[in-house]
Amino acid sequence: MEAESSQLVFYLLSFIIVIAAICVVTLKNIFHSALFLILVLFGVAGIYILLNAEFLAAVQVLIYVGAVSVLIIFAIMLTSHLTSRKIKQSNEQVTLAVFICAGFLLASLASIANTVWRITDRPMPEHNTLTIGKLLMNDYVLPFEIVSVVLLAALIGAIVLARKEGT
Amino acid sequence: MLQYLALAAILFAIGIFGVLTRRNAVGILMSLELMFNAANINLVAFNKYIGAAGLTGQIFAIFVVVIAAAEAVVGLAIVLLLYRNWQGIDVDQMNIMKW
Repeated sequence: MEAESSQLVFYLLSFIIVIAAICVVTLKNIFHSALFLILVLFGVAGIYILLNAEFLAAVQVLIYVGAVSVLIIFAIMLTSHLTSRKIKQSNEQVTLAVFICAGFLLASLASIANTVWRITDRPMPEHNTLTIGKLLMNDYVLPFEIVSVVLLAALIGAIVLARKEGT
Repeated sequence: MLQYLALAAILFAIGIFGVLTRRNAVGILMSLELMFNAANINLVAFNKYIGAAGLTGQIFAIFVVVIAAAEAVVGLAIVLLLYRNWQGIDVDQMNIMKW
């Protein structure tokens, strides 16, 4: 019963994700694309919950839906007169790109289907957030520190790039 | 598990399509976010169904999210800089490094 309902939720979510993702890459109005991107990110957060990754779902909503999409919408607004719907938003290689994507999709689906996966149906840890916190502070403390330095570098880099010359 | 991998492959292919066809640099960044999300779905699905006990896949997915946020910040700063200097952010007009 539970497996069936989670299957149903999965197909609903993946339908929403795929339709919204196609809207993201094809719509003429780039602002509408950004709104559909937010829908995709919410759908992926739902997929994380289905996969027992509650903390990651919260991180997805906070960082992607809260921060990254606001940043993207800011960038669209600041370059607004370029994004009106009269301007063509795609280049001349659409047909070629469709073929490349279909080829990639077929290749990856074939390799997924042909690989022998050793699926182990083991139980997930009881407390998701607690386990992640302990792992981050014990086994993965060095990558954790390095990634914070990367974030600092990105912050300084963005400020240096975006400030006006001579100020 | 195969359904999650298939969803991630479809999402990644849509992202490739966006990167290849968008002219607007912000559109390309948005397609990149789609591809990051596809990779993350793979990591979390593998973490649930394959391998030893633990949450290593989810940890790496968190790192991917952080790196994606840093990439978006720097990318959008470059976009704003291009807009200020070129009055346009269409990537097919950027050819000054072409000889």
